[in-house]
Amino acid sequence: MSPPEAGPSTLGSGPDRAANLFAATDLTRRKLRAQRIAKYAFGAMAAAIVLPLLLILAYLLVRAWPMLSWGFITEVPANFMRGGGVWPALVGTLYLVTFSLLVAAPIGVLAGIYLNEFARDNWFTRAVNLAVINLAGVPSIVHALFGVGAFVIFAGLGKSILAASLTLAIMTLPVIIVSTKEALNAVPMAFRQACWNLGASRWQVIRTIVLPNSISGILTGLILQVSRAAGDTAPIMFTGVVFYMAVEPGTLLPYSPTDQCMALAYHLYTVTTQVQDAPEALPYATAVVLIGFVFVFNSAAIILRTRLRAKKKW
Amino acid sequence: MNADAKIQIRNLAVRYGRKESLKGISLDVPANSIFAIIGPANSGKSTLLKCINRTIELTPGARVEGQVLIDGQDTAGIRDVYGLRRRIGMVFPLPVGLPLSVYDNVAYAPRMAGGCSRADLDIIVERCLRQAALWDEVKDRLKSLGTMLSGGQQQRLTIARALSHDPEILCLDEFSIAIDPVTTMRIEDVLLELRKNMTILLVTNLVQQARRLGDATCFLNKGELVQVDRTEVIFSERPGNQVTHDYVHGVFG
Amino acid sequence: MKPEEAMRPDSQPAQDASGPGGAAPPGRRRTAGRGPIRRLFHSLSERTIVSLIYLCGISAIVFVFSIFYFIFREGAPFLRDGFDFQKFFFSINWMPTSEVERSYGILALIFGTGAVTLLAMVVAVPFGLGTAVFIAEFCGRRTREALKILIELLAAIPSVAWGFIGMVVMGPLIVRVTGADVGANALNAGIIVGLMSVPIIVSIAEDAIRAVPDDYRAAAEALGATRWQVVYKVIFPAAKSGLLAAVLLGVGRAVGETMAVLMATGNAVNIPADGRFPFFHALDSVSTLTATIASELGEAPRIGALPDGSYPPAAHHYQSLFVIGIALFVITFAVNLTADLVVKGIRKQR
Repeated sequence: MSPPEAGPSTLGSGPDRAANLFAATDLTRRKLRAQRIAKYAFGAMAAAIVLPLLLILAYLLVRAWPMLSWGFITEVPANFMRGGGVWPALVGTLYLVTFSLLVAAPIGVLAGIYLNEFARDNWFTRAVNLAVINLAGVPSIVHALFGVGAFVIFAGLGKSILAASLTLAIMTLPVIIVSTKEALNAVPMAFRQACWNLGASRWQVIRTIVLPNSISGILTGLILQVSRAAGDTAPIMFTGVVFYMAVEPGTLLPYSPTDQCMALAYHLYTVTTQVQDAPEALPYATAVVLIGFVFVFNSAAIILRTRLRAKKKW
Repeated sequence: MNADAKIQIRNLAVRYGRKESLKGISLDVPANSIFAIIGPANSGKSTLLKCINRTIELTPGARVEGQVLIDGQDTAGIRDVYGLRRRIGMVFPLPVGLPLSVYDNVAYAPRMAGGCSRADLDIIVERCLRQAALWDEVKDRLKSLGTMLSGGQQQRLTIARALSHDPEILCLDEFSIAIDPVTTMRIEDVLLELRKNMTILLVTNLVQQARRLGDATCFLNKGELVQVDRTEVIFSERPGNQVTHDYVHGVFG
Repeated sequence: MKPEEAMRPDSQPAQDASGPGGAAPPGRRRTAGRGPIRRLFHSLSERTIVSLIYLCGISAIVFVFSIFYFIFREGAPFLRDGFDFQKFFFSINWMPTSEVERSYGILALIFGTGAVTLLAMVVAVPFGLGTAVFIAEFCGRRTREALKILIELLAAIPSVAWGFIGMVVMGPLIVRVTGADVGANALNAGIIVGLMSVPIIVSIAEDAIRAVPDDYRAAAEALGATRWQVVYKVIFPAAKSGLLAAVLLGVGRAVGETMAVLMATGNAVNIPADGRFPFFHALDSVSTLTATIASELGEAPRIGALPDGSYPPAAHHYQSLFVIGIALFVITFAVNLTADLVVKGIRKQR
């Protein structure tokens, strides 16, 4: 109350009391200090998670630097895994990821469509949802056991790219299902109702309105599936991945689906734990390539999602 | 009860879970007329429309008893439900422009039905947009997104879309909520024109609109049919029912 | 439209050849529809795709059951022949390859899993929940976006890379700080798995905090509460089931983690004899249920049945690993189911 002619305050007596009306009391000052402390404490917790991560990544990069070159990616391992590059492992990972995506994408997207568009609120839908949650929660090593029991032995695929990809596909299915469901759910119900009133069938509405407007979200899910499948080791190490496999450097399609193959994630495990006297930088460089591979896909997903948010159609 | 009526509703009852939305009503809607349905909120007006084109089946938790007959045929027995829905145009209170271009919005239903050439579509789109009093405003931007139009324009787009598949029956649910009075008057003129060869169900909570347009009017209250009669009778000083009288003269509602 | 026209036997959408009957004036009629074959194709493809969608919806259930079935199938002979419930769960002797006295007791492995999970939660719960509160309540939009992206990248790092980080970064660090003999131990795995569990805790907890209606915040702030008071007097109580679910899912993640644990724990089947557990022995090397399967499945031979249908004792090693798999499946199922019920519980309340 800066103007002095503001008149007598109802709360106090005279202009002095009124001027102090908005000044901090001890109590509010203490409260504000508590607030600031709380903010910094929580901020510190967030920083304690994020900063070491960045430091560790930087450390890995520095240690890997001597070996990182284009050749490290395109060459085959040499000198009993103590030198050379990671080409066969990289291609093997691409094989596994592609095959598992081919299997998981249609099933996962259609299952997501089922859950969001067709499922009624009954016990069966609850069972499907529970199954998806459980599928996502089962440890990857249990998926590996399943892959061994079902694909390697029961289906007679043996240890092969096929068996490993199928195992990966089932493990990563929930990623696709959940993101598809969420993407479809973001399309307003009113569009569907309007189309039904125009005599369009459920599938027509899904095809013409729902899917075109949720495709970015679905793609994000597929990219995350790729990232997840590329990084996981446990499910593939008993179903189709080997320590070493001789491959011509630079060949694009060195494996057939019934072959076993090398994979980046498993390669990192072996050069770290089973190769003696490897050059210092070798495992670091392998780790950097693996993490880089995964980050490329995750960044793509993040960019896609940001752009999707930027251009809303309604 | 008139067996020649375009739409015959027989003992129609709808429940959503435990809530009774319609409590067994029977109605006849004569062909080529405007049939106004009035009543306070939650009296089951919109539910009634959903029963006519059977989109009620897509509403979770709704249970329907009774019959709706169109041209004497029970709609529940029609296997081609999409064909049924194309015989009926629906306009709901809130405008919904589909996330497609203006042109594609109007062409949606004919395209989904199939069998239209590009030239046919052009004709249909222009006719429907003209009928909905929207053509002059959007003829230069048929390619822009329907969702980017203003609310009033979107509502007229919705009406144009509802006309795009040549419906025999047009149901309008409080269509004028989102549009200005001038446009409302223009669309009312269109409705009077369409009445010549279309059966129009007009749900409205503007009793004066029902009075202006309706050939016959029915009054629903809390899911029950209170009265149905010629519009002049309903809006007269002595409609024959005290509740109807109170409602149309603004005593409650 | 005449009744017989409407009574078409199929429910396919593309059939406007007839147009909408006599009501339409001439000139409004559409051109003739597509041929009957085209229409049949449409109808068939619609029905095919819808049944495919239903089938894929069901597939999730099928997969869960087949996971259980196939693991059970491989482990069944052991359950039938050599399985002793009490010994399996309450013996600390895991000696599956011993020639003298084979013994399948997973108690030490359960302790190992428990120790790593507990240590991981000691790291992940406070930091995860703290980060979630910071993201949801205290920071600006830009900081929030940046943090969420970083947390997402944290979640993206493969578990084998985490294991590598445990070996080359965390191990030497622990040796230097604590003076332990080896860096590969329960503490190392606990920290690594804790970091791995942070993202899931953050994202679920943040959702739970954001789900608290803004009215609550507005009401509390109108009464003069500071942000901090709002958080611990209003948000925490209102979001407590969601926060619990977040912690449970973090536990599920930690129990199931394989590669990082395998590389960071040292993988020695070990249980401290004095029972002072786990903090007093966080620097001991341990082995977990998951790591044991991962490290031994490759070496355990799958030996077929003898002519009389029984199995030689050596076959039980391979089979017992699948029985551990069943135990893991059941544990994670229970944890995830509980978390799901807790989340559902919140939704019901609203």
